[in-house]
Parts: sequence; structure tokens; C-alpha cells
Amino acid sequence: MWRKIGYFLLLTVAALMPVIVLVLLPAWGILIGAALLIAWLALTRTGRQAWSATAVAVTTIPQRLGSSSVVIIGIAGVVGVLVALLAMAEGFRATLQQTGSDDTAIVLRAGSQTEINSVVDHESIVVASQKPQVMRDAHSRPIASPEIVVAATIPKKSNGVDANVEIRGVGDEAFELYSRLKIISGRSFRPGLRELIVGKDAVREFAHTRIGSTLDLNRQPWTVVGVFDSGDSHNSELWADTAVVATTYQRGSSVSSLTVRLTSPHAFDAFKAAITSDPQLKLQVQTTHDYFNAQSEGLSKIIRVLGTTVAVIMGIGALFGALNTMYAAVATRSREIATLRAIGFRGVPVVVSVLIETLLLAIGGGAVGAGIAWLLFNNYTASTLGANFSQVVFEFRVTPALVANGFKWALAIGFLGGLFPAVRAARMPVTDGLREL
Amino acid sequence: MKYLHLVWSALFRRKTRTLFTLLSVLAAFLLFGLLNSVRQAFANAGQSVAGASRMITISKVSFMVNLPLSLEMRLQAVPGVAEVTYANWFGGIYQDPKNFFANEAVAPNFFDVYSELKLPPAQMAAWQATRTGAVVGASLAAKFHWKIGDQIPLQATIFPQKGGVNTWTFNLVGIYHIANPRERQQENALFFHWKYFDEAAAFGGGVAGWYVEKIAQPKDADRIAQAIDAISANSDHETKTQSEDSFQASFVSQFADIGLIVGGIMGAVFFTLVLLTGNTMAQAVRERIPELAILKTIGFSNRSVLALVLAEAVLLLALGGAAGLGLADVAVSLIRARLGAIPMLPVGLESWLQGVGLMAVIGLLVGALPARRGMRLRIVDALAGR
Repeated sequence: MWRKIGYFLLLTVAALMPVIVLVLLPAWGILIGAALLIAWLALTRTGRQAWSATAVAVTTIPQRLGSSSVVIIGIAGVVGVLVALLAMAEGFRATLQQTGSDDTAIVLRAGSQTEINSVVDHESIVVASQKPQVMRDAHSRPIASPEIVVAATIPKKSNGVDANVEIRGVGDEAFELYSRLKIISGRSFRPGLRELIVGKDAVREFAHTRIGSTLDLNRQPWTVVGVFDSGDSHNSELWADTAVVATTYQRGSSVSSLTVRLTSPHAFDAFKAAITSDPQLKLQVQTTHDYFNAQSEGLSKIIRVLGTTVAVIMGIGALFGALNTMYAAVATRSREIATLRAIGFRGVPVVVSVLIETLLLAIGGGAVGAGIAWLLFNNYTASTLGANFSQVVFEFRVTPALVANGFKWALAIGFLGGLFPAVRAARMPVTDGLREL
Repeated sequence: MKYLHLVWSALFRRKTRTLFTLLSVLAAFLLFGLLNSVRQAFANAGQSVAGASRMITISKVSFMVNLPLSLEMRLQAVPGVAEVTYANWFGGIYQDPKNFFANEAVAPNFFDVYSELKLPPAQMAAWQATRTGAVVGASLAAKFHWKIGDQIPLQATIFPQKGGVNTWTFNLVGIYHIANPRERQQENALFFHWKYFDEAAAFGGGVAGWYVEKIAQPKDADRIAQAIDAISANSDHETKTQSEDSFQASFVSQFADIGLIVGGIMGAVFFTLVLLTGNTMAQAVRERIPELAILKTIGFSNRSVLALVLAEAVLLLALGGAAGLGLADVAVSLIRARLGAIPMLPVGLESWLQGVGLMAVIGLLVGALPARRGMRLRIVDALAGR
């Protein structure tokens, strides 16, 4: 009894080591591993024995289709849930990360973490935008946009529930500053008028945002005149002229933030030093890359932890399902396996053949799971509350890296689920096996 | 009942296989327990009993737009309103942005309206007498090892003090408790005097962030909400009044459709579970065909054989499921004890009832096909191994 338990513990430890290596290995490492395995199967004597044993095992899978599908579907469930949840985290992270760059900087009141919390007065704006590190346009005006961020309440199209939508007032130089932004239909707002342009994602998500519609912002009618696409999280926002937004929301001459284009990414340190050492200014500076990156961190981390926890627990369930299936498979094939052993096959090829069979089923499961996640969730649009207490629209992203990660999990479960039954198959006394019915 | 022994020994005929299946069932119900606790925490945000008797009034423009103080007297005059209080979001940070907790500047009668926040009378008196006094929830105090008399510095993210100082220091004078464990979430907050905030803040004073009305009869909620909103209709500060429940529910729903995410995961979990246990049951019955035939030979009716197999499947699910839910119960308690501010409710009666329902349904589902096979088998064929 104790010997048996000790043996199982030893085998578990021995099994966990390759799994840890597998999880740590990058995707190309797995490909190299697969290539080595194939070379071993093709070139060595034991390998060729293992190959023929595997061929026998695989041809009998259709006879055990019902129970083999348990391995496939169990692992598909794990991989599908894992990939879908991580695709959500990845999509949110990517959307915010694209929003920033290293050659634009955002200036906020010292101590504020987000634009909605920040108030910067007019004098500070003027002083900060005159710093020499700020790039100038053809008319030698600084490329700097004083911006006001407020949240408006607009119903969502999907369920009619009120959502917070970010209204961003931008300065005259904004279109010079946000060079990626394009007006994709309609026209831009005219300075001094209550006109809005709407981000591509905002049009899709929120009611009353088509060109020509009228929106009430702080009890004043605003007209939507255009739709823009900036390819980043600004697509969830509504833009207008800073001065008009300031009047509507009674902000006087203060704004929320100042975004500037730097002469080069290397100018950031000098710009930061110039702002923070100026005793007149109580401001803080970040590159927009850092600013938006920091905003995605919290939520992405929560989703990743949640996804991994769920996948681990589901993985344990799938692992025991796989163990059951493979023990049953070995039991039904015991006569075959004993015959192989009787005609001279060694233990190793038998172990390897059962392992490969399980791994093939696991890869099938991984493919099904990742495929379903991809079909259902790639580019699936969702939205959540961002740092400015307004909706950020983002798309799920099933990236190749996530799929590779999913396959790693599939292989790990397959390996653990196949190893114990494989060892039992190899250790089974030949005479007993031959006598089985 | 008298057949329990028979069902039990049938179930553990193949110990390893049953053990593995039980562990799979356990994993599925552990996940069910954990996810359900998260889902209920979000659903519950809109359904506390106390919340039904409170209404929240915010600006119609956005909940970040403030309301004039003059509204207080007029709200007080609305028939059915028992008490009015107000608060401002402060948004201060303790040491590190990761240590997030709510901190609000509140009116002196705040704790009368939020009567479930229990503050000892002596501490209440101390708070009323201390201009820079702050009151925190017991969970929050435990998390940061605060005790009465401590100085708590908060970094302002929105409101610097006059003269540009960004650090506000509060004297901890009171610690409140919440009796209901399901609402202990609300022990993670800090409250201080609105008056102090109003005097010391460089800007942002002189207004209320939002109003809270305690109402005498929850059934009057709709009428009162309309009466309140009518006060400021067509003014430059129109209001939107909702019950506290629907206010919180609408806020939570803006984060994510938790129900959809959790539902999706549970769907995947239970679909795989049905397949997995279904396979085990099919194997178990296939192996035992001759035994079932013998049972029939010695007089068991078709129906009792059906019932025996179904009972076996339900027992399998019940054993694994109860262990899984029990484990989830323990795990949730541990997580809540360690992390405090986390949206998870204890695994309560509701989860157990749902869980038991699921065990029965899944058990019957996976037992159905094998049981039918057992019921229909013909003794002669089965004994002959055909």
C-alpha cells in the first residue's frame, strides 16, 4: 500500500517537471520539442517501435469515440474559457496602449491620476505650452491642445441603459497633434459652435450620436456633425471645441489637461524637468504612452487573474476526465498492448504511444476550444468604465500568442492525463493482459 | 433508502474511476460556488433591504456634476422624506493608488440616514466635536492596522487644500461596524466632515456631490422621486432621483455584464461536466449489464433498475457537488477574510439550493440514457453477453 502511494507521488513529481518546463517554454520551444520527437520517432529503433504502437492506438480511437471525446471536450472547455477571458484583457490593454505614444506628453495637475480629476489654470497652460521642447507647427504655434474632459449621460443603444460617455473638448491644434485621427464621415466641428464629432465606436454604442442628431449636454443642444476614427480609445469619445465645452460646463478658463507634441521622444526628460522645476507650476507630466498604459493595468490584471483561476479549476476537472478516459482506453486495449509486448515491444514505446495518443486528443481539444473562442469572441465589442469614469469601448482580441498559450495548457493537461495510464499500460504483466477478454 | 447500500457499492465498484469522476464534479461545483459568489455580489449591489428605503439624487447631467446646497431645505420639505443628507466624493489616496477605498466628505447627519453603519455613541460625539475627525469602517481599519487616535494622511487627487497643499490629514475618531455579513463590503470606507472639506479645499466647496433621502415608506419611492426631480425641473441643475438599489445597479452594469461572463463560463463548465459524468455512467452500466440482468432475474422490476441507476448518478453528483460547494464555501470565507474589499458574497443558502438543484438535474440527465439501457435490457440476452 505505502509502496504504491510512494510510487504515485514519485510519478507525480516526475510528471510535473516537464509540465512546468512546458508552461515556461516559449511557443517556438514547443515546436522544436515536437520536431525532436518526430526525429526520434523516425530515426531510432525505439522511436520506430513507438511510432508503430502509436499508429495502432490511433487507428482504434474511432472504436472509443465516445470516451475519447471526453478528453477533447474537457480540454476544449478549459482552452475556450481561458482564451476568451484573456482575449478580453488583451483587447482592453491593446486599445489603451495604442492611444498613447512616446512623443506626446500629457500635463495634469500634480496629484491627479486622471484627466477628470485634474484642473489646470489658464496661466499654467500658456507657460507649459511655451516650453522649448514642444514642437511647433508651420506657423510656429506650439502643437499643444488644452483639453477638458467631462462625462455626459447618454443611453446605450443595446439596452437603453444610461451610460457615462466622455466628452473631450480639444484645442485648435488637436488635429495637428492627433495625426492618426481621420474624419471618416461628415466634417469637423467649427470652433465657437456647439458642434460635436463622434468617435467610431461611440456611434456604434450610444444613442443619438448619428450625424445630424441633437444631443443635450448640460441642458444645451449640441449637433453631431462628423464621425472620426483614431484607431484607439478616443474612438469611444465625443469631441468638441474646448472653449465651447468650457462655457457649457461653466469651467471658466481652466481646463483638465494639456497634451503636447514633443520635438522628439528624447525631449521628454527635458520637458518634464522644465515643468517640474518651474516654481510657478504645480503640474505633473507623463508621456501619453505611460498615462494610458497605467490605466489599463488594473482591469487587465483582474481579468488575467480571474481567467487563470477559472482555467486552473476547470483544468483540474478536465484532467481527471482525461485520466478516466485514458485508463479506460488502456484497459480496453490491454490485450493489444500485451500482444505488442509479447512480440518484443519494449516498455518505452508503449508509454510513448499512449502519451502521444492523449496529446493528439489534447491538441484536438485545444484547437476546438481556441477555434470556438476565436469564432465567438474575436473582435467582439464590449465596453467598461475607464479611468475617467466613462465608457471605454474595446474589442476582444484572440491573438496568436493567446492561442499558443491555450495549446500549452491543452498539452499540459494531456501530458498529465496520459502519463499515468501510459505507465500502467507498460507495467501490466503480459500474461494477465493476454488473458483479458 | 433500503437500497442505499446497493447503490453505494455499485458506485464504488471501480474506486479509481469513481474517485476521478468525483474530483471532476468537485472542480465544477467549486467553480460554480466561487463564480456564483461573485455574481451575487454584483447582483446584490442593487438589492439590499436597507437600500429600498433610501433614494439618491444626483445631477441629471452626470453624477460628477455637483448640486447646490440650497436644495437641502427643499428636499426636506417633500412629503414622505424623513431625513436628507449629502456627501461629496473626495477621491483621496492612502499611500499608494493600489490601496483604493471610498472616502467621502459627509454632512453631520450622515450616520442617521445610513443607520446600518453602527458607530458607538461616544465615538459619534467625538466625531461631531472634531473638525478634522474621520470615521472608518472596521474592515478598512483592520486592513491598515489603524486605531482610534491615529492620524491618517490622504493625498488629494481632485481637491488640494487652499495654498496648494496636497496632503489632507485626518484624526481617526471612530470605527463603525456593519452587522449583516452580506453588506460588510461597506466597511471599506472613510468619512469626514463636509464642513472641513468646504473650508479647507482650494475649490469644489459650497456644493453637494449628491443627496441621500431616507423615506418613510419604500412604496412611495416613485412618487417621491418625481416630486424631487420636479423641484429643479428646467433649472440649471436638474436632478435625477433613484432608489439606492437602482443607482448602484446601474453603476455596476456600466463596468461589465458580469451575469453574461459568469453565465458563459458556467455554461462551458457544466456542458463538459455532463459529458464527462455521462461517459462515466455509460461505462459503469455497460460493465454491469450481467449484474443488472441478475437483479432482474431475482425479481427487481424494470422500474427499480431504472431508479437504481438514476440514484447512482444523482449520488455521484451529490457527493462531488457537496464537496465542491463546501470547498467553495471555505475558500470564499478565506478569500474574504484575507482580501476584505472584494466583490464576493459568502456561499449562502441561495447558492446551496441552486447547487443542489443543479446536482439533481445533472444527475438525472447523465443517468437517463444508461438507466434506460438498464431498464430495457432483456435478461436472456444480457446473461448470454449479447
